[in-house]
Amino acid sequence: MGALTPVKRANPIFCVSVVALFGAVIGLFFGIAQNQGLLGLIFGTFLSGAVAYGCTRMKKEKTARWGLVIVSTLFGFYWNGFTGLIISVILAFLFGWLIFWLFESRYRMRLASYLTPIQVLWHYTFLVICGFVFFFLITPIIVVMPLSFNAQDFFTFTPEMLQLQPEGYSLKHYKDFFISDDWRQALRNSFLIAPMATVLSVGFGTLAAIGLSQPHVPAKRIITAILISPMIVPLIISAAGMYFFYSRVGLQGTYWGVVLAHAALGIPFVIITVTATLVGFDQSLTRAAASMGASPVITFFRVQMPLILPGVISGGLFAFITSFDEVVVVLFVGSVGQQTLPWQMFTGLREQISPTILAVATILVIISILLLSTVEMLRRRSERLRGMTPG
Amino acid sequence: MAVIAKQEDDSKQDGLILTADGMSLKKSLARSLRMQKLRALMLILPLLAFILITFIAPITDMLFRSVENQIVRETLPRTLNELQYWDLSQKKAPGETVFHALYDDLEIAIERKVHTRLGTRLNYEQTGFSSLFRRTGRNLDAIGKIWQKQFEEFDPFWKKGENWANLLMTSDWINNAKEWEKTSDHLQPPFVLKPELVNLLPKTTEAYSAFARYVQLEENEALYKKDPWPGIYIKLYQDLISEPDLSALSGMGADELRSTAQMVSTFETISFKDGFLEIDKDWGEIDIWRTIQVYASSYTSGYFLNAIDMQNGPDGPELRPENERIYIILFMRTLYMSLIITFFCIILGYPVAWLLVNIPTRKSNLLMILVLLPFWTSLLVRTSAWKVMLQQQGVINDILVWLGLVDDAARLVMINNQLGTIIAMTHILLPFMILPMYSVMQTIPPSYLRAAKSLGATNWTAFWRVYFPQTIPGIGAGSILVFILSIGYYITPAIVGGTSGVFISDRIAYHISSSLNWGLGAALGTILLGVVILLYFAYDKAVGIDNVKLGG
Repeated sequence: MGALTPVKRANPIFCVSVVALFGAVIGLFFGIAQNQGLLGLIFGTFLSGAVAYGCTRMKKEKTARWGLVIVSTLFGFYWNGFTGLIISVILAFLFGWLIFWLFESRYRMRLASYLTPIQVLWHYTFLVICGFVFFFLITPIIVVMPLSFNAQDFFTFTPEMLQLQPEGYSLKHYKDFFISDDWRQALRNSFLIAPMATVLSVGFGTLAAIGLSQPHVPAKRIITAILISPMIVPLIISAAGMYFFYSRVGLQGTYWGVVLAHAALGIPFVIITVTATLVGFDQSLTRAAASMGASPVITFFRVQMPLILPGVISGGLFAFITSFDEVVVVLFVGSVGQQTLPWQMFTGLREQISPTILAVATILVIISILLLSTVEMLRRRSERLRGMTPG
Repeated sequence: MAVIAKQEDDSKQDGLILTADGMSLKKSLARSLRMQKLRALMLILPLLAFILITFIAPITDMLFRSVENQIVRETLPRTLNELQYWDLSQKKAPGETVFHALYDDLEIAIERKVHTRLGTRLNYEQTGFSSLFRRTGRNLDAIGKIWQKQFEEFDPFWKKGENWANLLMTSDWINNAKEWEKTSDHLQPPFVLKPELVNLLPKTTEAYSAFARYVQLEENEALYKKDPWPGIYIKLYQDLISEPDLSALSGMGADELRSTAQMVSTFETISFKDGFLEIDKDWGEIDIWRTIQVYASSYTSGYFLNAIDMQNGPDGPELRPENERIYIILFMRTLYMSLIITFFCIILGYPVAWLLVNIPTRKSNLLMILVLLPFWTSLLVRTSAWKVMLQQQGVINDILVWLGLVDDAARLVMINNQLGTIIAMTHILLPFMILPMYSVMQTIPPSYLRAAKSLGATNWTAFWRVYFPQTIPGIGAGSILVFILSIGYYITPAIVGGTSGVFISDRIAYHISSSLNWGLGAALGTILLGVVILLYFAYDKAVGIDNVKLGG
């Protein structure tokens, strides 16, 4: 994307004072950490101000930034060993970028030239706010990952971990996970239940979605409402009802009870995704196939299915993750023999809290990243096929 | 299909048009439409049946359980029958007949060991029932033993179950029973009473039948050898005291019966009422009897009243005492915290949705992943992450302590309270807010804002008067979705909510798995379901349920 506004070097005073302000904040943090708040504030202000002034004097941007990085690397290593080195390198890159971003007025490059300074300030404040929200969204998921390599049985970063010493890290929680009978049994159960539930939901769900997208469906609203209801009804209510009913018919505490319950919970997702794919499906294709003598079954498998396959697969993945993640219903409908991973995690979190949970969490996050990428890929592919721009 | 299209063309002309096979066009079209409908239905039907069985039936079952109350009528049929003549306004415990019926009911209930279940059930309505039934269960025999002992002292004949069987049963049956005892590999021959005795000793035979049915069908033991329950001695006494004509009686035990009949008038008896009062004074309390009477019907509103902190008082439903009200508070807390969570989701989600719409596609796709990743990550992973972050020895507190913002001794309490629930659930539900907002904002042309500005609106006016109103459908859809999901949440509040941050769902789970008060759990669930269904209709009206989008 080209520049909207031509940029040129601005008055260094603005740049120096803003950078000094940032330096003051960071200095204050480090100062408070050492119980020397005021000193940190003053030191940070002057140091960053001086650095900024120095940089604005330099002719070449590259020299200035790399110089800054090298100097602070040496300084950081001298100050606090390896950790200090990493912190100061990060700070050096950040400040180097910030100084020239401000000094060269690059911050205006992407914005319309008629914006007032207040509007520019608001624009960046807004970005920072959004940044915080994204930070809020993603941090908890990121934080569990390094913690799962903790060598201690703590749920927080130990000093060794922060100093990046190898003895602070270990794979012992992963080892626990793969050795423990409980966890292995839970993993096995999860992989026995989820695929079966997925097959059921995809099988029934795809057929029904095709039926629902026919032009003339009697009582379509009510039928849709019923089919979608497992997604709307709170899980605790579904779980309670299933517990009562499945105990009556003898399904409570059995493998098939859990599978049927999970299949029911996954069906709305299949219906929604497959119906969404079918919106773009050209019905004349099936007519064309029929006119050439294909039987409805052949038409379905050779013409319709390949085209809606991305929707079916993503629906299936949704159903899979629904079952794989589900804990409330399995707590009620299942018995000890059907303990799944989430069940094990839930009891683990409630009772004997052990960091093995974090290792499991990390593995699950990786699984969900894989599933998410698959679904996104399929979605874009199906939109491409239907001639829409990938959104 | 092609034929139909042609016919539709033709049908514009007037008159009766026939298709190739000589049927009228109207008929043929209607038929093809019917076929289409049928085919669509056939495709939907398997799933519909599946959902009806695996999902709708359980929900219906739960609704049914919230009003079902068979146990009182099933366990105490005779007592309830007598109790309907009891006049509550006299402020006196019921009379002898009711206690007599109660003895009969309880004797069999205790044998079946269902009296404790009944006690538990009634204990939900009034505390004290559970221990009352338990104690009565242990001591009820004492009443019957008074008669039994006198019979047995007078003639040891009455001690043995065999003698009773010989007296009351037909000889055919006794032979069969003896035969069965040798092999006992097939079903026990069902008991047959001597027909003449049924007339002479009506009460005894009736009570003995009940006993025999229980022994043969439920206990599955040999009836022939079984000693009768003490209650049967009472019945025999009552039959004999009315002086039946036993002279024609013959067969085994007839002589013993005749000799005993002459003596029964000397037997000493006590009143059932006194017997029960001796076991537990509470049987004289009017409240106990009133509660039994109120819950006599097979269906009750009791669970629902309980679920909204009310009870069936003497003058109809009334509020429970102040210190026993918990559910209204929990419902209010659930709604109020869900509102807060929804509000935070709007506040945090709106800027993000706006940003995602207004930056280049490539970047927004990248950022969208940051929204979708939490959405796809296991709920328990996110909940445990928040537990790790928020606890007192957790990441956030450690960082704050390290920075010196918080004293080590005064670490912030952010978990096991409402704050913990709100933070974790806002995080978990935020994607459900961002996605609908995003899809609505995508449809708003950016030129509207520019047009407003070019007409002289300030930035704020342009946003507030032009852009914001167009995003309200998105906010509404997201809010209802988040709110619906939020009020039913169980796992997250249970883990990070402590006691002050749990929702009504926690009580439902408690009543189903721990206290086993299923009816109350079902009633709480039904109320929650009612709220959700109302919101669901609102959602359907606002956005249409088939417009839900997943993954952007």
